[in-house]
Amino acid sequence: MSRSKELISKIGLRLDGRRANELRRIRCKLGVFTEPDGSAYLEQGLTKVLAAVYGPHQVRNRSKAQHDTAIVNCQFSMAVFSTNERKRRPRGDRKSTELSMHLQQALLAVIKTELYPWSQIDVYVEVLHADGGIYPACVNAATLALIDAGIPIKEYVCACTASLANNDIPMLDISHQEEVMGGPTLTVAALPISGKIVLMEMSQRFHLDHLQKVLEKALQGCRDIKQILDEAVRLHVRDVGCSTGWANTS
Amino acid sequence: MPQKIYIRLASHRVNTSVAVNQRHPKIFTPGEVITTQNEFMRGHGTYEENGELKSSVAGVREQVNNLISVRPLKSRYNGEVGDVVVGRITEVQQKRWKVETNSRLDSVLPLSAVNLPGGELRRRSAEDEHMMRQFLQEGDLISAEVQSVHSDGSLSLHTRSLKYGKLAQGVLVKVFPSLIRRSKTHFHNLPIGASVILGNNGFIWICPTINNTDESVGGFIQNLEQVVPKQERETIARIRNCILALMQSKMLLYDTSILYAYEESLKYSVPELLVPEAMVDTAVLTQQRLCMIENE
Repeated sequence: MSRSKELISKIGLRLDGRRANELRRIRCKLGVFTEPDGSAYLEQGLTKVLAAVYGPHQVRNRSKAQHDTAIVNCQFSMAVFSTNERKRRPRGDRKSTELSMHLQQALLAVIKTELYPWSQIDVYVEVLHADGGIYPACVNAATLALIDAGIPIKEYVCACTASLANNDIPMLDISHQEEVMGGPTLTVAALPISGKIVLMEMSQRFHLDHLQKVLEKALQGCRDIKQILDEAVRLHVRDVGCSTGWANTS
Repeated sequence: MPQKIYIRLASHRVNTSVAVNQRHPKIFTPGEVITTQNEFMRGHGTYEENGELKSSVAGVREQVNNLISVRPLKSRYNGEVGDVVVGRITEVQQKRWKVETNSRLDSVLPLSAVNLPGGELRRRSAEDEHMMRQFLQEGDLISAEVQSVHSDGSLSLHTRSLKYGKLAQGVLVKVFPSLIRRSKTHFHNLPIGASVILGNNGFIWICPTINNTDESVGGFIQNLEQVVPKQERETIARIRNCILALMQSKMLLYDTSILYAYEESLKYSVPELLVPEAMVDTAVLTQQRLCMIENE
């Protein structure tokens, strides 16, 4: 009990000086690579993530091809230098595999796969610096990369974490420091426009009564993130469009 | 020979944008409602939900009568009949080749759609099928034209003209398909001593100028022994770097823009042209010259 009290001070500030309902700073850039069809870089606080999208292209493993939809292949990996302790392997361990599957689940909910029969879309996500909220950062970066690749999606899919401080106050966007100090972390991936939830995960438990407000806080975070991403996309499209003189478009 | 090596911090990145006019059409992003009236038809890049027409990609709206579509600024190649493409053979199958053309599915080049060496027109026999790998094998680059688009979006190609066929010595540059400007011809013999094929699919082939116009072989001869002089190779390398510079600044690629970029880049040596500042400088100067022509 005494430990979780430190999560938020008496005057309402958190360890890194944020208020309970504030996100960390998000900076992002689309089109960072030329080789993939789409790519994005996203910083959420100190968590840094690169995402690259290849496709839709011909299915490499022919037996996996689907006649009515595209298959979405996600690979999550963490650079060996991304954590405090050097990681032994960047991918293939249990946690990475789980995160790959969760990422796939979130992306399948929005990608209009029915438009691309016999095709495959590859999404590669690499964490360069892990500082809490890895999964949300990956989902947000992957969304940007998909938009950069021009792959049709129903809407943005955004993810955010929320936690409960002092057994009472819900707080948004948990950093690594706060994760380590304890306290339950709720990860939500949602479609902010329609308000649908595509993935929800909890690391510890709290009383069911608190769920509503913590979830509401996380969804608010998703909506805020969507605003930030949307702004970045518009800026990028405007930049590219002005350079090409809006050619190939009427 | 000592070489200069450039290492820079990410924070010293050069801004590559050459955007000039700040007026821009309305931009739609995924999930944004385009219209709530339901008299419109949904085109590419849109979908319908709860009676509302929404965008599914980030781009600009296009409308033809009642059909509304949103075109993304960057996507895989969407083939159209008559397009010139450059592609790479990935597979040799029964009576056809599979060609990678940056499209969402591999394209098909049927044996019946190529001019056989010798230029004779006849039925394709079983012998020709056995000889297929002699004509084109995996990894070969070809130029071709789109003959038809299948219902699933895959393309059928043909090389039934002397200008199409196997590509021999040269350099391939890959760019986004939307950077290639559609024009009457995509084969350009630049006056600076090189030929450029601007494939509609974003693959650009740069090669030494071919002099002999009486090619009766149907373009399946590859002369890899012939030595290309150093001067020509330098020209090709410079054109490649110019195209990279234009691509970095997201400028449209066509014969004039490449030629201007080439002329503007002459103050740099070919390796220097890969430094970001030089690339942006070249792109900006090219942009200015293009604007001047437009205003005249």
